[in-house]
Amino acid sequence: MKYVMFGFACLVLFFVFFFGSTYYKNQQAEKFGFMAQENASTFVREHSQILGSDDAKVYLVKFTDPACETCAAFSPLVKQMMDANPGKIKLVIRYAPFHHGADYFVRILEAAKKQDKFWETLDVMYKSQQYWASHSNPQPQRIWQFLPKAGVDIEQIKKDMNDPAIEKIIVQDLADAKTLDVHKTPGFFVNGKPLQNFGYKQLQQLVKTEIEANYPN
Amino acid sequence: MPKADKQLNLTWNLLFLCWFLASASTTGSLFFSYVMQFAPCVLCWYQRIFLFPLVIILAVGLFPFDRNVVKYALPLAIAGWLTAFYHTLLYSGVIPESIQPCAQGVSCTEKYIDLFGFITIPMLSLLSFSTIITLLIIIARLNRQRRMS
Repeated sequence: MKYVMFGFACLVLFFVFFFGSTYYKNQQAEKFGFMAQENASTFVREHSQILGSDDAKVYLVKFTDPACETCAAFSPLVKQMMDANPGKIKLVIRYAPFHHGADYFVRILEAAKKQDKFWETLDVMYKSQQYWASHSNPQPQRIWQFLPKAGVDIEQIKKDMNDPAIEKIIVQDLADAKTLDVHKTPGFFVNGKPLQNFGYKQLQQLVKTEIEANYPN
Repeated sequence: MPKADKQLNLTWNLLFLCWFLASASTTGSLFFSYVMQFAPCVLCWYQRIFLFPLVIILAVGLFPFDRNVVKYALPLAIAGWLTAFYHTLLYSGVIPESIQPCAQGVSCTEKYIDLFGFITIPMLSLLSFSTIITLLIIIARLNRQRRMS
């Protein structure tokens, strides 16, 4: 009788643990959606800047290079999609500074992040890109005359941009870009699914599919 | 059933309850770290060091019933209780974090769960050690009564 009680108690504990973990994992999967996937951290690192509601279920990951024209060209479309689907899309920025010398701008962005001006600075960069990122004659120093528009403390940026921690972020992002087979910018992933045929329409379609999958009705 | 037998049965049941509590706590702590993926802090590890052996020791004491089990289990439970008590004080801010020993790795004061707004993991641990100690003391009392009668 006592052995039966003991064995029964063991079984109860085992099943509570087993079903508890299954239940918990399902809950988490529902709550975090894409982020519950095993490889989610390759797409979104802790240092990554994220724009959008915390509850948004569609992760739009953009591997970008501040000096890349197409990245700048896509920026308004992304904004427009986010505005059209309020609270449903999260934009995640990853760095892929493939252009020669582009890590200079990533450093500025990371320094601006410390002042909570990441998005403003990125916006200014995209908009002023043509003045400093010409392929035949890149003049990175010219960026400085545009930065005040983002409302950042320039002197502080000059200090912060040499932080060795930024180097690590760049290395990590480049490593993830390699893992995910991003060789050109912008590299888009929507909830982990790569944008296979490059283009505005295709990106819109991919985002639409994911929104429909994650927000039935 | 003779009175002595009845009392022996009661003691066994109490010990069983004690073992079950220790096992449930162990399961719970494993659930926190392996399913919910909370990294255990240093103080949590000390509490586990005192908790996990209780599962084995108390089970051994159950088959066949050995009243000496209290002697071996109680020191572990008390050590665990002291750690849990310290941890609870730290967690609730009675002791400032600056004097706590686990500066590296996982913070001992980072809040992971907050059931019903006030139940925290160290509190669960303290509760479980307190109950285990109480049960063990009751068992020890019953043992002494039996020896005297």
